[in-house]
Amino acid sequence: MLRIVIAFCLSFTASAALAEIEIKQVTSPGGINAWVVEEPAIPFVALEIRFRGSASLDLPGKRGATNLMTGLLEEGAGDMTAQEFQTAREGLAASFSFRAFDDTLSISARFLTENKAEALDLLRQALVDPNFDQDALDRVRAQVLSGLASDEKDPNTIAGNVFNAAAFGDHPYGSSSDGTVESVTALTQEDMFDAHRNALTRDRLYVSVVGDTTAEAVGEMLDDLLGALPAEGPAAPEDVDFGLAGGVTVIDYDTPQAVALFGHKGLKRDDDDFFAAFIINHVLGAGGFESRLMTEVREKRGLTYGISTFLVPKFHAEMMLGSVASSNATIAEAIAVTRAEWARMADDGLSAEELAVAKTFLTGEYPLRFDGNAEIAKIMVGMQMVGLPPEYVVNRNHYVEAVTLEEINRVASELLQPDDLHFVVVGKPEGLTSTQ
Amino acid sequence: MKRLFTSFALMIAASVATAEDVTTYMLDNGMEVVVIEDARAPVVVHMLWYKVGSADEPVGASGVAHFLEHLLFKATDVLESGEFSATVAANGGSDNAFTSYDYTAYFQRIASDRLELMMQMESNRMNNLRITAADVETERQVVLEERNQRTENSAGALAREQFRAAQFQNHRYGVPIIGWKHEMEQLDLTDALDFYDLYYSPNNAVLVVAGDVKPDEVLALAEKYYGVIPAEANLPVRERPQEPPQRAERRITYVDQRVSQPYLVRSYLAPERDPGAQTEAAALVFLADLLGGSSFTSALGQALQFDTQTAIFTSASYDGSNLDSGTFSLVVAPSEGISLSVAEAAMDETVAAFMDAPIDPERMESIRTQLRASEIYAKDNVQGLARRYGAALTQSLTIADVQAWPDILQAVTEDDIKAVAAKVFNRDQSVTGWVVASQEEAR
Repeated sequence: MLRIVIAFCLSFTASAALAEIEIKQVTSPGGINAWVVEEPAIPFVALEIRFRGSASLDLPGKRGATNLMTGLLEEGAGDMTAQEFQTAREGLAASFSFRAFDDTLSISARFLTENKAEALDLLRQALVDPNFDQDALDRVRAQVLSGLASDEKDPNTIAGNVFNAAAFGDHPYGSSSDGTVESVTALTQEDMFDAHRNALTRDRLYVSVVGDTTAEAVGEMLDDLLGALPAEGPAAPEDVDFGLAGGVTVIDYDTPQAVALFGHKGLKRDDDDFFAAFIINHVLGAGGFESRLMTEVREKRGLTYGISTFLVPKFHAEMMLGSVASSNATIAEAIAVTRAEWARMADDGLSAEELAVAKTFLTGEYPLRFDGNAEIAKIMVGMQMVGLPPEYVVNRNHYVEAVTLEEINRVASELLQPDDLHFVVVGKPEGLTSTQ
Repeated sequence: MKRLFTSFALMIAASVATAEDVTTYMLDNGMEVVVIEDARAPVVVHMLWYKVGSADEPVGASGVAHFLEHLLFKATDVLESGEFSATVAANGGSDNAFTSYDYTAYFQRIASDRLELMMQMESNRMNNLRITAADVETERQVVLEERNQRTENSAGALAREQFRAAQFQNHRYGVPIIGWKHEMEQLDLTDALDFYDLYYSPNNAVLVVAGDVKPDEVLALAEKYYGVIPAEANLPVRERPQEPPQRAERRITYVDQRVSQPYLVRSYLAPERDPGAQTEAAALVFLADLLGGSSFTSALGQALQFDTQTAIFTSASYDGSNLDSGTFSLVVAPSEGISLSVAEAAMDETVAAFMDAPIDPERMESIRTQLRASEIYAKDNVQGLARRYGAALTQSLTIADVQAWPDILQAVTEDDIKAVAAKVFNRDQSVTGWVVASQEEAR
């Protein structure tokens, strides 16, 4: 029997106008949950599906299998070849996107009200009955191998790969989820079926739907769409410590502008101090033109076009990262200024005025995110993955408001450790050498 | 799966929303106002578009349009340097700007009850900048780093710059938007202010306001803040140097050791969308889709990626949203072991075969369906709609042209496509570019 458990209504009053979205939680007869917002204004539906695990479930020696498998989901299913499948999808004007990330396999779909049954049937076949034909496997493998070759010559990707390998070693986070030339070349059809069976399982499934449909209709559709997937998958990898000490690693690469990726350990999404850290990160480097690092590195000194920082709470490790690019002649100065700002924030924290301005921005900006079916669907599925309840969208601004200056300054001194920052620099940076 | 060459994403001229939610006005000083209503969220996008871009720059000052865009975030008579963006952020909004060949636009996205504040600040910086020499020094470094990031660090971007410079023999579309590096290094305060004083005026601007707003309220605010600014009497007629007859094809090999995957690009001059005359452009939208829209169903994809394993990537694209001439481009990245000359011959054979064969009516119907659906999906993104109107109106199209475009697309016939293809596929007006890591790969 179909259950629509909670109808949760929230409204924003950030403005003279009032935004309302009503999140309904529905459970299918087969036990699949989804969050639904009924929005009939435009005759289409946005559907977001996530599977937790993804590339971190690659089997030993099969690095890149989940990524290649995910790329093949649009390459033929049921009795359809890749071309037949795509011809059918184009004829319906539906769009499907399949992406494998470190921890998350992501499927985004949108389709018209007028042919949603046909579109969902196509998507169902891609998800539960993909073919993994050998010719498609070989064709997409060639694309992945070409991408890996490009990665070897892309300064940003080089920096990311070096940083992750040094921080996480043999853990899946330590290597590219695309795999290596060697591992991808060796992948077989059987590996694709194994990766599919392991990564698309109902125990790690999250679904959200926004658009011209009803919670009841979604509840009835879920079992058809996803019910044939296996109930359970293999164990997730263990948590891993961030294993990179402070310092500098220079990767020599002949390009005019050096790129730097830097960071140290961070904190978990469910940490009590998360919102304090979120505000600190915003003021330090995530707040666009207004951040301290943009002010110091770009506006005052003209050393870069952009610098930013990120809190990265992954499922098995936590980081605080940043990136900056500057000419080979000036990257050393950009890094020195960055370290100094890191230390200033750790030592002095924020002023009361800075905190007030940050809160105004963060609470004012939040409701503006809910401005399209696809956007709302993405927000809702993301909330489910980190265990947030629907009412979080109402309470979230209160969590931001509740953070005190004392908390901010304590968390800044704990989180930000300038001596622990490790910079991986790709280019021909002047005045920088690798530390031991 | 599409991993490659996202920078070659199709630039098909965009389709638009239906007319019923769009209201337009003309202020007495010549400024156009477009209001797009969408009350689903309490958000407004406020965009001010100037009908000036990099293709309007004086010779020798390439990059000044984009440089000035950066400088507009500095001080005015009432705002301190950085205060504009800080004020937007303090009200929970975000702001930015962008420059193209034909336009420069500034926008904010914010709670809809803050619209008046946005108009107050944006109208202020139309005439009242107070840039200093120090601003110019640091910001010039910033745009040079931007060029480093976007272009100098990217073999593909440097190659595109070379190919485009060869495609346009006289028009400023051949000069990069961000500028040639040696000219950017020389940009000074006078370059920026001369450009600003001449072109930043209400009779050279289009205001687009989209979101949870009422047209009459937007008009009243626009009258109050923009309507009082005098028109620029000396605004020049917008006539840029046009292309001469192009009489010989150009071939370029760009060598850069940072290239990992060799590929080739063929571009042709192509007609753009013009006021009251969009049929050829609409046919080119279909041509791009039929030849290289999807690797699974297009002519190039089927022939080079499926029937033979000649290529790992193919595409065709049409850039027809321009004030002056557009381009039609084909891209092929050959499979391992296939030379560029073999891949190019296969590409040309496929195009020739397409021209000789009838077009599958089911493919035509599928493209029409997708274009119709794109109208529906487009309504989910009000900022995207705002951009479409702003771009069109700064590129000489009218509201009526924008609103007629979906129907013109639906009416395209096979004859239209074949006729415009025969006209566009003229090698004398083409550039063929090979992108390789070494001369040995250029075979």
